[in-house]
Amino acid sequence: MTAVMEARGLARHYELRGGVFRKGLTIKAVDGVSFSLNAGTTLAIVGESGCGKSTLGRVLALLEDATSGELLIDGRPTEGEKSAKDPALRRSVQMVFQNPYGSLNPRQTVGRILEEPLAINTDLPASARVDAARAMLAKVGLRPDHYGRYPHMFSGGQRQRIAIARALMLNPRIVIADEPVSALDVSIQGQILNLLMDLQDELKLAYLFVSHDLGVVHHIADEVMVMYLGRPVERGATEDVFERPLHPYTQALLASRPRVEVGSKAPRPLLTGELPSPLNPPPGCAFHRRCPYAQPYCAEVRPEPRQVLGRPVACHYAEEIAAHQA
Amino acid sequence: MSAEIRDVPPPGPLADVWASFTENKGAVAGLVVIVAIALVAILADVLAPHSPIEQYRDALLVPPVWAGGSWSHPLGTDDIGRDILSRLIHGARLSMIIGSIVVTLSLVAGTVLGLAAAFFKGVTDIAIMRLMDIMLALPSLLLAIVIVAILGPGLFNAMIAVSIVTLPHFTRLARASAMSELTREYVASSRLAGAGSLRLMFMTVLPNCLAPLIVQATLGFSNAILDAAALGFLGLGAQPPTPEWGTMLAGSLQFIQRAWWVVSFPGFAILVTVLAFNLMGDGLRDALDPKLKR
Repeated sequence: MTAVMEARGLARHYELRGGVFRKGLTIKAVDGVSFSLNAGTTLAIVGESGCGKSTLGRVLALLEDATSGELLIDGRPTEGEKSAKDPALRRSVQMVFQNPYGSLNPRQTVGRILEEPLAINTDLPASARVDAARAMLAKVGLRPDHYGRYPHMFSGGQRQRIAIARALMLNPRIVIADEPVSALDVSIQGQILNLLMDLQDELKLAYLFVSHDLGVVHHIADEVMVMYLGRPVERGATEDVFERPLHPYTQALLASRPRVEVGSKAPRPLLTGELPSPLNPPPGCAFHRRCPYAQPYCAEVRPEPRQVLGRPVACHYAEEIAAHQA
Repeated sequence: MSAEIRDVPPPGPLADVWASFTENKGAVAGLVVIVAIALVAILADVLAPHSPIEQYRDALLVPPVWAGGSWSHPLGTDDIGRDILSRLIHGARLSMIIGSIVVTLSLVAGTVLGLAAAFFKGVTDIAIMRLMDIMLALPSLLLAIVIVAILGPGLFNAMIAVSIVTLPHFTRLARASAMSELTREYVASSRLAGAGSLRLMFMTVLPNCLAPLIVQATLGFSNAILDAAALGFLGLGAQPPTPEWGTMLAGSLQFIQRAWWVVSFPGFAILVTVLAFNLMGDGLRDALDPKLKR
């Protein structure tokens, strides 16, 4: 199976202009991200707030230029916003946003919102666009007569369905979902997740699922990439990562999940401290100040991702931790 | 008995705005006055008893009908015997035209400039907004006088001058609301749909910035009438014998002691029109701004 999306060392840095009394700074919001995503599968990107997962989503959706690295979509190299003008690439990648209250234009009817991608990217006649929009409404579980209504007449879950419908109008191969359920009620979250999974089976979509909710990720993802301060620390099949996390940060993240298990009192290596500022990242391994296994060496040399038990892990002592676990 | 559930179409956004607009009595009064003035302006040729520029040499400075005048000139005549009522009626037409043209010009130009500043940022933004700041730093009437002095006096040039003077308000407003809309996710999703800059500016963002612009346009209408009247008063706007309210005021200043009606009626007409537009503008602002809704 060929990858529909492949990232090689993708980075997104922001320059902060210096004033008179301070130097200009570079924020490395995303750095050194590599992965490949196959058709019909889901890659989840997890991490705590501010780890760069949303920025990565915007770069992958061609909304922002990558500072360095390569992004291949369907095997074609892309150049950020410039490529976004290329209709073929634009049609391949679409995005569902986190907040369904902000992502739908309040002055446009649902019909116009759904037809906009078609009107811009295809030469379909108006009647064909209307038919396509109504068919898509039915596909995402709304009624075709919702076509002429405005977004404010819908509930949060229905709005997210509209947002998903819009993302699918161009028959994309990849959908980037930036926390698509975190703004919804728990009861609605399940419906939307099931809808996403049904659509994936039907349309062979590849999802890039950005989330901080590990329960949701466990449910939907085939592969997980854990990010810390803009860098991936571990990537692997969901089952493997959840069963046997190798990076200390992944372990801490998984341990922080709320669990309902009667009588189980497994020790939780809970994290102390806060996510360091990306303005002033710690030297060496970005995680060493919070890591229970940290050694002096960690503060000096930044670990690059290397294969441990068949998956890339960015930790100097991953083997020892794995051996300790077993 | 089974309850019948019918599919009632939800109220459209316009009906919603109308409902909150009618709650404001002053705004409705303003709207009524404006509609009345507009009708008078449209039907001026039918309604006016005399020609606005015909001089009745046998009836100079005739007082209004309740102050000893006759019904042939209900509001009296001016110093060269022109019927004041007819002149006011034709002046309404002129004021409405002035207001519409000035507001249209500055609204369109200001919106385009403001959107461009918000969209292209950087040098474009700085160039446009500093120019607007300079224009705002000069007293508006003085700036208008300078522009008329360059273009030459006359009603059309006065309208251009007033449009330029009111431009910065529209530009700033358009830029401010466009900038806050640009950060919203629906703009990003429109971009994801492949929308280009022009489409984003005018189809995606502009409809969401319209509310404050509409309010400013109504308030700007009264400003335009006032400024044009001021230019006319100074002799730089409409030239005699055009029946423009400001020009009428200017021409009759010397009679303020002897014949009060010559000065009072044009001034009163300006006052009522401006007040009506301000009342309606305030009502519209409340109706269009969801934050002010109860």
